[in-house]
Amino acid sequence: MTTVRFELTRSALLKRVLTSRWVPWLFMALTLPVFWLAILAGLFGTPAGSRNFGIVLVWIVWWALLMLVMVPCAGRLWCAICPIPAPGEWLQRRALLEPRAGGRLYTLGWKFPRRLKNIWLQNMAFLAVGLFSIVILTTPFVSALVLFGFVALAIMTSMLFERRVFCRYLCPVGGFIGLYSQVAPIEVRVKDAAVCKTHTEKTCYQGSANGYGCPWLVYPAALAKNTYCGMCTECLKTCPRDNIGIFLRAPGKDLETTQGRRLDEAYKALIMLTCALAYSIVLLGPWSVLKEAAYAVGTAAWWLYALIFLATNLAFVPGIFFVCTTFARNLSFQKFSRRRMFVEYAYALIPLGLAAWMAFTVSFVFVNFSYAWQVASDPFGWGWNLFGSADWTWTPYLAGMQAYFQIPILLGGLIWAIGITQRTARTQNVPPRAALPVVAFCAAFTVALLWLYV
Amino acid sequence: MKFVFTRGRFNRFLVAASAACVMLAAIVVPLPVQASLPRAHTVRIDARTFAFTPGVVSVRRGDTVTLELEALDAVHGLYVDGYDVNLVAEPGNSAAATFVADKEGKFKFRCSVACGALHPFMLGELNVEPNLPFARALLITLAGVMGALALFWR
Repeated sequence: MTTVRFELTRSALLKRVLTSRWVPWLFMALTLPVFWLAILAGLFGTPAGSRNFGIVLVWIVWWALLMLVMVPCAGRLWCAICPIPAPGEWLQRRALLEPRAGGRLYTLGWKFPRRLKNIWLQNMAFLAVGLFSIVILTTPFVSALVLFGFVALAIMTSMLFERRVFCRYLCPVGGFIGLYSQVAPIEVRVKDAAVCKTHTEKTCYQGSANGYGCPWLVYPAALAKNTYCGMCTECLKTCPRDNIGIFLRAPGKDLETTQGRRLDEAYKALIMLTCALAYSIVLLGPWSVLKEAAYAVGTAAWWLYALIFLATNLAFVPGIFFVCTTFARNLSFQKFSRRRMFVEYAYALIPLGLAAWMAFTVSFVFVNFSYAWQVASDPFGWGWNLFGSADWTWTPYLAGMQAYFQIPILLGGLIWAIGITQRTARTQNVPPRAALPVVAFCAAFTVALLWLYV
Repeated sequence: MKFVFTRGRFNRFLVAASAACVMLAAIVVPLPVQASLPRAHTVRIDARTFAFTPGVVSVRRGDTVTLELEALDAVHGLYVDGYDVNLVAEPGNSAAATFVADKEGKFKFRCSVACGALHPFMLGELNVEPNLPFARALLITLAGVMGALALFWR
């Protein structure tokens, strides 16, 4: 398979910037105080979410940037500048910028349990956050506690385990960013794998005086997809042979091969898809009874909601998809295992799911974005007016126009998904008709979202 | 790598172009709509934290709609996306606005006064029938699926 890609790090200037210890440290140092302000505003500011910096910054501004710009265009770039693991990582390194000798880390050095070296924990963590999402998204105090909990967990795991175990195996956000980063038109990869074979020191993984071994526990020469690369650029700093670069590539290149497809990632794709649909119904639909049930944590209505939410995510939608992939298996007249078919076709749901999340984001981000001007001047809701915008009235941007963005986004995701189903069928050496049940699943999902939005 | 415009590639390009034409047609071609005489509707909407009742209001294009907003427990607003109608009511002091539903489709109406935790999700829907945008979206999707299948079918 011919790979068409363009190395951005051919630019001497960019290369110099990326191999500097200031990158991405400086960006983390910039996001960290904003993040802590969001936590403080959540803990001590007004309980009205739409007037609280913690809610508006995280769930409107950051979320819009993440889902509409960063993930589709730059994959895991956010992970490189995310402030959540920063305190733990700096404590683990006992250094801010320059690495200690050989990139030494100060932890108890525990090994993360082998059975948990997958993204099942991230799947469950995302579902847990998703179950309480209506509370987290709207209640500043709870939102702040959740964010603080992430930081605390990241610090704790940094003290116990090597490197960024929190980011790699626990972060509920990192799980889906990793999954969707496969569609991004950018990658960090080795230039020539043969060069790595002769480099016995493996400084990209072990660390050196110039930087740390891959914080994401990835050996760069074995990197075949973006899912677990945090784009932290440590490997660019530690490779003594200038054999690692950042490349522009065809979007979704990671999805062209069926090698390395796994059940935990397949389930992640299904959970994300289901949650996009569930949120569109519960949060954005006109059915107040659903919102009230989701918000009334602990009541009988909430327990029923929780049961339906979890059953839909873990059994109902995956079950429908399983039936579709079993049909696909039967149409292929091959004796593939049902599990293999389920897993391999689930990767077609990645562009579909990303499109669904983008469409969901478009639904609420623009109409609520003007709250950002208010909270910028009065982050705690205490009556401040730092920049003179505290009294700006709520202005619903693009109100009534969302569908014109959502339709092409959803259609793009569907067409892309169909392309992957056909490629998957080709890779399995089965006729293209075998993928039709999965195509039908994708089309039905798209129509359901269109019905909700348009 | 030299790009060769083979017959197969040409055919696929042709199919993709045809699908794109059908999709474009689905956007611009007038769809058949059963004509009906415009009517006048007066709809009372009760607002309480964090719900509108009724949550869904359906009218036909061309109808004159009067929305009466009654706030039951606190100050609430009602903003209709796409129509730029904005009402604010407080308990005991309702508000009303009249407009002609001249754009078809589904339009959210939402609380425009911060009223509590779930305020951003206090939503309802104004359905102006026939919902031609949805019909067009379905046609575009159908053409897209057919085009994509033809394009990728090998």
